[in-house]
Amino acid sequence: MKRRTFFKGTAVGAAAAAAPAIWSDAKAQARNETLLIVGESPPNSMDIHGVGANRPAYEVSWNTHDRLMTYGVKKDANGNDHYDYTKLEPELATEWDLKPNSVTFKLRKEAKFHDGTPITAKDVKWSFDRAVTVGGFPTFQMAAGSLQKPEQFVVVDDNTFRVDFIRDDKLTMPDIGVPVPVIMNSELCKKNATAADPWAMEWCKNKHASGGAYKVERWQPGQEVVYVRNDDWKNGPMPKIRRVIMRIIPSAGNRRALLERGDADLSFDLPSKDFSELKSSPKLTVIGTPIENAMMYLGMNVNQKPFDNVKVRQAVAYAVPYQQIMDAVLFGQAIPLFGGANNKFKGVYWPQKDGYTTDIAKAKALMAEAGYPQGFETTLSFDLGLASTNEPLTVLVQESLAQIGIKATINKIPGANWRGELLKKNMPMITNAFGGWLNYPEYFFFWCYHGQNAVFNTMGYKNPAMDALIDKARFATGPEYEAAVKGFIDMAFEEVPRVPIFQPLLNVAMQKNVTGYRYWFHRQLDYRQLAKG
Amino acid sequence: MLKLLLSRLATAVPSIVGVVVVTFMLTRLLPGDPAAYFAGLAASPQAIAEIRTKLGLDKSLPEQFVAYLVDLAQGNLGNSLSTGQPVVTEIATRLPASAELTLLALILAVGIAIPLGVLAAVKQGTWIDHLCRIATTAGVSLPVFFTGLLFAYVFYYLLQWAPAPSGRLDVFLSPPTPITGFYLIDSALTGNMEVFWGALRQLALPAISMAIFSLAPLARMTRGSMLSVLGSDFIRTARASGLAPGTVVFTYAFRNAVLPVITVLGMVFSFLLGANVLVETVFAWPGIGLYAVNALITSDYAPVQGFVLTMAVLYIALNLAIDLLYGLVDPRVRLDS
Repeated sequence: MKRRTFFKGTAVGAAAAAAPAIWSDAKAQARNETLLIVGESPPNSMDIHGVGANRPAYEVSWNTHDRLMTYGVKKDANGNDHYDYTKLEPELATEWDLKPNSVTFKLRKEAKFHDGTPITAKDVKWSFDRAVTVGGFPTFQMAAGSLQKPEQFVVVDDNTFRVDFIRDDKLTMPDIGVPVPVIMNSELCKKNATAADPWAMEWCKNKHASGGAYKVERWQPGQEVVYVRNDDWKNGPMPKIRRVIMRIIPSAGNRRALLERGDADLSFDLPSKDFSELKSSPKLTVIGTPIENAMMYLGMNVNQKPFDNVKVRQAVAYAVPYQQIMDAVLFGQAIPLFGGANNKFKGVYWPQKDGYTTDIAKAKALMAEAGYPQGFETTLSFDLGLASTNEPLTVLVQESLAQIGIKATINKIPGANWRGELLKKNMPMITNAFGGWLNYPEYFFFWCYHGQNAVFNTMGYKNPAMDALIDKARFATGPEYEAAVKGFIDMAFEEVPRVPIFQPLLNVAMQKNVTGYRYWFHRQLDYRQLAKG
Repeated sequence: MLKLLLSRLATAVPSIVGVVVVTFMLTRLLPGDPAAYFAGLAASPQAIAEIRTKLGLDKSLPEQFVAYLVDLAQGNLGNSLSTGQPVVTEIATRLPASAELTLLALILAVGIAIPLGVLAAVKQGTWIDHLCRIATTAGVSLPVFFTGLLFAYVFYYLLQWAPAPSGRLDVFLSPPTPITGFYLIDSALTGNMEVFWGALRQLALPAISMAIFSLAPLARMTRGSMLSVLGSDFIRTARASGLAPGTVVFTYAFRNAVLPVITVLGMVFSFLLGANVLVETVFAWPGIGLYAVNALITSDYAPVQGFVLTMAVLYIALNLAIDLLYGLVDPRVRLDS
């Protein structure tokens, strides 16, 4: 051995031996102050108003921006934190004065954006104007609360902002607390706007003009988002966790392995089977919250034979193998929406149990009454993007329908095509899920049963009597409101254009030392309430 | 030599033009409507129509094609909708990730396969030949995602020898300053040994699973090619002339046997680079295969086109490099013929 190479070798060897030691210390330190979330799909934008911003992008926006108001908290049936849709609380606004035709917000004086600029009413107006102008999803969501025109948003002075109502809509106030109306730094955005792009849509895709509780430290699209706490945040209690890392792990098995080994702190994206198994794990906490205003259903196209016949639809509703689906597909991780005491309204809440159970004899009788004693052939379509639930579910339904003579061919549609196929409204029978952000029965019905025929009215159901009741419920209050809700729920159960099957759960698995998890209607994680240690 | 290179490159032009046209057409022929997909949850028909206009999908196909060509000429491959980033930057960050993994796997595979193949041929019928046979059969019959999952389960979940299969670097390390995009090289250049070891540890399992798979064709090809060379007249002559066995095997036989091995090597490399989606999924590797498949699933046209185009260019460059290498290894091979 030559002298020179010997020295070289020992130097490298020493470095190699030393490295892991330094690393472990730094790592342990970082580990305690950091929350590591592992997920399946990455955000595609830093701007919730951007074209095609996806659900993980809502999570980024929720944690990095402020809104005027947020929602309060309550305990759910299992003693876990649950946002409270009846209680609006201050965020950027410290107080507000609600009048019949307008609402006036007082803004927090010491609030600043991440770059240090004070947050003023002109930023709020600019942000609201942006949301109602840029089109697509944000504009649509604002309109759901009758927030439609820039003229509605008025700067009174630097710290006072007014919204004028164009109609009396009880969803207006709740809609100001959803993820869309975020407060953006208008000066910073304007600096980066161009003549062709006055709202700085291009710039905001990758950059933040926000003032929320967390700042994005690093974003590697498709891989990870690293957040660091904004220590100057004034619009709520200071979050306990200093750093949050959201990393994409495409394989579900590995997400589970990371959690079980204690390398990751929290994950939403696991199959039902894994969640039901992890519930018994001593190392992890699993919380399952029923997703508000959501259901998985079997929809039938009422504009095509034979599903135009209500008897056929009822026969199908009696032929769905409900309990088998609950046990074999969901491993009990859902709330049943079948087998209620009767097929009637049970209170002002949604979703609720209908009166259908698996009763093949009754289904056969209904088929005979409808004039299809021999049954018929049809197709049953589903979204391959959600195959882990849809595939076994449709196979069970197919087997069961065969018993009443309906030969259903299963048609698997790739995720990318699903929306397009739904829009065409010509699939005879589908399984699908829908959930509304705002927890009002009429909000669900407005999207899913109303004759305006939104994309989510997948059955193409149009009934003027139903529409009248839904429209009435949107603006009525008191007994009149309850009567309208009772009316449309009874009608939906009797007419069954869609057969409710179950209400899904939002499951989350986390390490035992992670506390403060709160369920939100937008089903994304709010880092601000979490604590670790 | 330069003239030769240019003439070879000129022959590649028609293939690239063909690839551009075909990928453009194919992505448009796919069923599915990106506008509907990206319109979001509460999409109304007018919201979808707005998005369609924004994406330029309401124009006729020839118009869209011209717009695509104009962008392409400026080095702009468009924007990915699913990640919100320009395709060029995405490919520029993801290609090195795949290339680093593939190259390391290939180096490992070559380091094992070629000695194994040579030995198996020299000592035909002995235990080492059987070992070679077993190794190659096992390598071919174990799909990469299976070995990958098995390794992750055994070495990470059960034994904790390997780091978490969570991508190119441990979550608590920051990536090195990008120079080449290869984490090993970049961290070594900047003297960041912590990141170097971190990156190497993350690379180990996926690289070994891929190496096992690519071992088989290389070892088989080396063995077969060595056998035929060893049985030829000039080797008999060399042996009869009393040359040392080492000289006969390495200087005479191996050098003549290596040509088909290089061909296979090129094929295996290009295959692994684009087709290791499964390994990338299992090890959360932010590589180019995973990127292309995700784009395909969401009907995201621009990345799919960008991917196919990049791969086509890479194949052409690789074939050219292999042809040039032939000339160096074997003076009898003439490139202009």
